[in-house]
Amino acid sequence: MGLLGENGAGKSTLVKILTGVYQADSGSIYLDGQKVQLDGPKHARELGIGIIFQEFSLVPYMTVAENIFLGREVQKFAGSLDKKEMRKRSIELLDRLGVQLDADGIVAELSIADQQFVEIAKAIASNVRFLILDEPTSTLTPRETERLFNLMRALKKNGVGMVFISHHMEELSEITDRVMVLRDGQYIGCYPTAECTYDSLVKMMVGREINQSYPKKAALSFSGSTPVLKVLRLKRTASTPEVKFEVYKGEILGISGLVGAGRSEMVRATIGADPAVVREIEIDGRKAIINTPQDALKLGIGLLPEDRKHQGLITSFSIEHNVVLSNIKRVMNRMHMISNGKSSDLVERLVKENRIKTPGISQLVNNLSGGNQQKVVIAKWLATDCRVLIFDEPTRGIDVGAKREIHELMRSLTDKGLSIIMISSELPEVVGMSDRVLVIRNNDIVKELDGCEIDPETIIAYASGGRK
Amino acid sequence: MSGALGAEGQSKRPGISIAQRILKRPELFSFLGLVLLSLLMIVVSDRFLTSANLSNIARQISINAIMSVGMTCVILTGGIDLSVGAVLALSGTTIAGLMLHGIPMGLAICGGLLVGIIIGMINGTLVSIGRMPPIIVTLAMTEIPRGIALIYTNGYPLSGLPDKYAFFGRGSVCGIFVPIIFMILVYVVAYLLLSKWPFGRYVLAVGGNEEAARLSGIRVKRYKRLVYVVSGFTAAIAGVIMSSRLMSGEPNAGTGFEMDAIAAVVLGGTDIAGGRGHIIGTFIGAMMLGVLNNGLNLMGVSPYLQRIIKGAIIIAAILVSSTRNRKKN
Repeated sequence: MGLLGENGAGKSTLVKILTGVYQADSGSIYLDGQKVQLDGPKHARELGIGIIFQEFSLVPYMTVAENIFLGREVQKFAGSLDKKEMRKRSIELLDRLGVQLDADGIVAELSIADQQFVEIAKAIASNVRFLILDEPTSTLTPRETERLFNLMRALKKNGVGMVFISHHMEELSEITDRVMVLRDGQYIGCYPTAECTYDSLVKMMVGREINQSYPKKAALSFSGSTPVLKVLRLKRTASTPEVKFEVYKGEILGISGLVGAGRSEMVRATIGADPAVVREIEIDGRKAIINTPQDALKLGIGLLPEDRKHQGLITSFSIEHNVVLSNIKRVMNRMHMISNGKSSDLVERLVKENRIKTPGISQLVNNLSGGNQQKVVIAKWLATDCRVLIFDEPTRGIDVGAKREIHELMRSLTDKGLSIIMISSELPEVVGMSDRVLVIRNNDIVKELDGCEIDPETIIAYASGGRK
Repeated sequence: MSGALGAEGQSKRPGISIAQRILKRPELFSFLGLVLLSLLMIVVSDRFLTSANLSNIARQISINAIMSVGMTCVILTGGIDLSVGAVLALSGTTIAGLMLHGIPMGLAICGGLLVGIIIGMINGTLVSIGRMPPIIVTLAMTEIPRGIALIYTNGYPLSGLPDKYAFFGRGSVCGIFVPIIFMILVYVVAYLLLSKWPFGRYVLAVGGNEEAARLSGIRVKRYKRLVYVVSGFTAAIAGVIMSSRLMSGEPNAGTGFEMDAIAAVVLGGTDIAGGRGHIIGTFIGAMMLGVLNNGLNLMGVSPYLQRIIKGAIIIAAILVSSTRNRKKN
């Protein structure tokens, strides 16, 4: 069975309930017609429910056979390990699954796909009868995906039931018998794969009205104007495609795509936060060299990362110290000392303008809510002379009211002539905020949407590879 | 305005009890510890509170207090510098050697300080650009400088230094011992560097959250390198005072001094994981160690037992700071 839904639809939560990681608030789980109460992951595993996560739980410097029997070692007298027996059984198992793997191979030296096979073999060895695969193909090449599908077919013949989670529709239609769609944590429907068309699935996934309101977009026309930031050529690694895009003055450029499509990676490489093989950039029509985030800052480009606590803020710092961090020069006196007066004047003003709710600017950012933390990050970049701000998931984990405020703040910035690049996994946000949208799939920009072309169905269609 | 460093928080907010305020300002906590410790010493020994003894303490702590300044900078970035004792020895023997070769005293001292800066540069480069763990790099660097010092001196102290060199370790100006003046100067500069100039802000940011600091446009590697240079430099200053006090270049001087420097930093409330701390706290920490050493000596406690007590106090200090952190997160 396939499980489908957009980012944040509740797939992972459902999976965690099925494997006993979370407890269901209501409802019950039946196994072989019997109602069961899952007490935890271990209990689920004992009942024969297994899961393959995107990150593996293998021990890298052990052999394949040792990993397969990890925690359930076959023992001989006095508790010593029966390596011969484990090796023999591993080889039998791998043969049965049709996987060609050396049981003595070191896991760390295997490809991602092979590691996944070891993980599956490990699950099967512990008598799993029901296996959940959470986006197993997202890190695989097409060839490896095909090998995984062969393995899944072999498992099916062995009577193992599977739930296969994927964003890629063509994979669902190839391997699944039935498809179930989730949206906003709700069960939408379950149909035999053969009866599903691409369009009907997209409609089920998206099918909500955009009921949130967004600030009005500006009427913009960029024909003939020089982009503020123009990425002529950007190639992250030898195996990722080369991309190019540009950002104009006063616009919000949305970047949409599935989780793992390489959105954050693309902007991080653009500003030099991550390395790139090829990076050719023009600012205001002039060639610019960016190798580090400092270079980007000097050229007026700032990144507001998706993980505020770990990448955006110094949580042990006060609001004031965070805000002035990127442009301390601005609050220095002639002795190159930090002027407390200048610093607090600037920060007080930005706190007021950004409507940061706090008892004072000496408050530690750790004590602020997510929305206010994000506003502090915004204030930090407003304290610099940046003209292009890159928001990575600007409202993730932020409540509805604060979300609206952040959106208004973003729009007021572009009205003042700043340019914004916004990565978002929330389709309504992308649609509601963006003046233009780049759709990313497999590290490549597959489509640029403009004005009224921007709608959820179209974005999903390109992002999941249904339309090319 | 207080030294506006990381752990400041909301000390000005009304309605917060004194106890909570002290918890938020670890250097106040340390100060309280110092006061309690001193009171204890006054009670147990009538010789403690004499001016002779107090100035004795001040002189004794000066070397460790100066080294602890560099150590504070390093620990604030989340690193550690175990090589300070060895740097002290090499800078002392370098100065002694240069002077014995007829080099003028001022130049010889510059040579000794340069040695500290160079070793700090090597440490910092290996840690920041080489991405090596600080504890291993500087552990290895406890061997190399001392090895050089031992080869150079053949293992014997270099004595016979010009008499005027005694000024730095034994001299006094207006009745104040020169090492104490040096210590105060170093702390004033360190206070400005860490609390007033951007250096301190950047160092704390790197220690608090390296990735966020990098994305904020801070040259993380530069500051990670610089703190080891500062540490090498202050260790070399300590080397000047030490060799002047001994009036010889002693290749075995400063063995185990890194322990006291780290202890002063930790007792001063600086988070051993970096990102939080205050130079004034380190000064208090160094004083606490001085009072403790002095008091235990006055009480006639065996030096072997003193080591155990010191170790236990350091563990207690780390316990306090880690509990504090856990409460915060």
